[in-house]
Amino acid sequence: MVTIGWRTRRLAQAAFTVWAVITISFVLIRLMPGNAMGAMMVSFEQQGMSPARARELVELRLSVDPNKPIPVAYVEYIASTLRGDLGTSMAQGEPVAELLAAALPWTLFVLSWSIFISFFIGISVGALMAYWEGGKLDVGLTSWAILMGSIPFYVLAILLLIFASYRWGLFPSGGRQPTGVPQGFNVTYVRGILYHAALPVFSMLVASGVASLGMRGNSIRVLGADYLRVARLRGLSDYTISTQYVARNAVLPMYTTLLISIGEMFGGSIVLEYVFNYRGLGLLLFEAYNQRDYALMMGGFVLITVAVVTTLFIADMTYSWVDPRAGGQDSESY
Amino acid sequence: MTSDRDRTDPGRAEKSHESAVSTIPDGGTVNTPFDVVSEYEETRRDRLKKLYDTYVYAPISIIKRDWRARIGFAIVLLYVFTATVGVYLIEPTHVTEGPGLAKPFETWEYPLGTDDMGRDLLSSTVHSTSEILKMILSGGLFTVTLGTTVGALAGYKGGVVDTVLSSITDVFINLPGLPTVMVLALMLPITGNPYLIGVLLTITAWGGLARAIRSQVLTLRQEPFVEAARSMGVPSYEIVFKDIVPHLMPFVVINLTNAARRVIFSAAGLYFLGVLPFRNHNWGVTLNLAYSGGAHYKTGALHWFLMPMIAITGISIGLILLGQSLDRVFNPRVRARHEKKLAESQLDEVEPEDDDSETMIGAA
Repeated sequence: MVTIGWRTRRLAQAAFTVWAVITISFVLIRLMPGNAMGAMMVSFEQQGMSPARARELVELRLSVDPNKPIPVAYVEYIASTLRGDLGTSMAQGEPVAELLAAALPWTLFVLSWSIFISFFIGISVGALMAYWEGGKLDVGLTSWAILMGSIPFYVLAILLLIFASYRWGLFPSGGRQPTGVPQGFNVTYVRGILYHAALPVFSMLVASGVASLGMRGNSIRVLGADYLRVARLRGLSDYTISTQYVARNAVLPMYTTLLISIGEMFGGSIVLEYVFNYRGLGLLLFEAYNQRDYALMMGGFVLITVAVVTTLFIADMTYSWVDPRAGGQDSESY
Repeated sequence: MTSDRDRTDPGRAEKSHESAVSTIPDGGTVNTPFDVVSEYEETRRDRLKKLYDTYVYAPISIIKRDWRARIGFAIVLLYVFTATVGVYLIEPTHVTEGPGLAKPFETWEYPLGTDDMGRDLLSSTVHSTSEILKMILSGGLFTVTLGTTVGALAGYKGGVVDTVLSSITDVFINLPGLPTVMVLALMLPITGNPYLIGVLLTITAWGGLARAIRSQVLTLRQEPFVEAARSMGVPSYEIVFKDIVPHLMPFVVINLTNAARRVIFSAAGLYFLGVLPFRNHNWGVTLNLAYSGGAHYKTGALHWFLMPMIAITGISIGLILLGQSLDRVFNPRVRARHEKKLAESQLDEVEPEDDDSETMIGAA
């Protein structure tokens, strides 16, 4: 059997996922009963357009030509999607790709901070709890973690909006940038952006609850392992043991939790940005949904998936640095 | 069954005993390892007792000792009670039942206040429970069944099957949950049937579980008992579902509580956005009405948000606690402690062992 490097295979996997998502989106637009294309045709014809004109408009909007046979339309749809041509937004009259490209950085900004901070907190708190297992600190922090894990992020978001913004006036109640400040790299503007992103980032910190519980369990398991006893018997220093033996082995399994949180957080950005009226990818997608702007909606769906695929791919590639055992081996087939 | 009876067949045991005496000078009863005969006869009652102890008695007694389990069970039971009995105790509410935005804890007519249309919040919260529980049930079972089946098959079969199933799993892991559900809800003709919505909500959620199960099966498939089954020619699906999956049950059950929590979160989130069809009001719809009604900046409207929030948070606390305590029930270290205790208590009362076993079966 030809051995292919696992990196190549991982890349192929990512490409396969992107292809699958584009296909799913094509199927939803073109083939489903009550599909987007049919709905648009009907609505154009109801506005008194001739069928020919309606078809033209549909093709312009969705880059799917209603007249062509399905296989041809499919190939053309994939080609144009890969070129970055996602059609034209019906509601805003601009190319979907441009609208999405303008919104994406804002969402990435909030999400990268959320992921980074919540995992930093989760791992530190989890390690603390494991170190003092059974103590008062452990019980207190465990209760805190359970509470955090039980609150959906949008509930915390609404509470933060009510208290930190409307009642106490600490943070702005919505939007993504300060008004009346020239855009660019100046102190007021950057501070304004951070202020606007603060509440969305805080709301996502509920993810630290589940992360810390996971970390606590891992650390306790590692602390009881035999190789740790051997390390102590070998007379290794406490520092070496805690960083090289305990921390590394306990953090590695957190990787799966991280992967799943990344996907969830990207999806959650729809609700989060709706609460704070933060004009990112999620809010754009939500508005497209409300206006039945199919091209924008499917484009956003494809883009948000590609963003998740890319993030997970990068995570996988860097993971092999941390864990030398990474890279799946072929298993014998039964 | 039959092999057990063979082994405990008294005639055969005697024969082997005789031959042993004749060959082994020190009076041992065994000449080859294959002649080993169980010292004790295991009756059907003993076996029942063992089963009862593993699956009923041990979990209950571990749960009794664990405060988290007690609280978790109590909370989940409270919600089930609300959904089944509570709906008969508290009348359904309607518009203009009371004044708009009445404060909570002032009258018994609407103890938790009303929303801006004068609907009783306690009643609408109670009457949402059963639909949410139905979504949780169908969504949780869907995730766990699909995730376990796909993961176990991929891990056990290996080769092409593994490649295909793992690729599909990876696609679903990469699909962001809420946007996918939104797109599907827009494109598919979906009604407000709670069971259907439960499945729709978890359509991308099974991937993580499938991947976790697969990696566990990869180690299990090397175990002697699997190898034995395979060399006996037991069909693959039978090995997977009768030998391997039962070993993963604890993990699966714990994941059921996680899946249930995820269903509530995404259901309430999407109802809050107002993108899912519904028949009756539920917690998410109330959140949506409160947000669009401006309860976050109006004074005196905070309780409108708080009721559904407390309902959502409450049941997920219950589910997390339940998951953690189940983790303990299935944790071998805690089990060992329980078995030690059980053995000690049996040693204390060696004499009335018969009575003991009877009462235990009676209790079952």
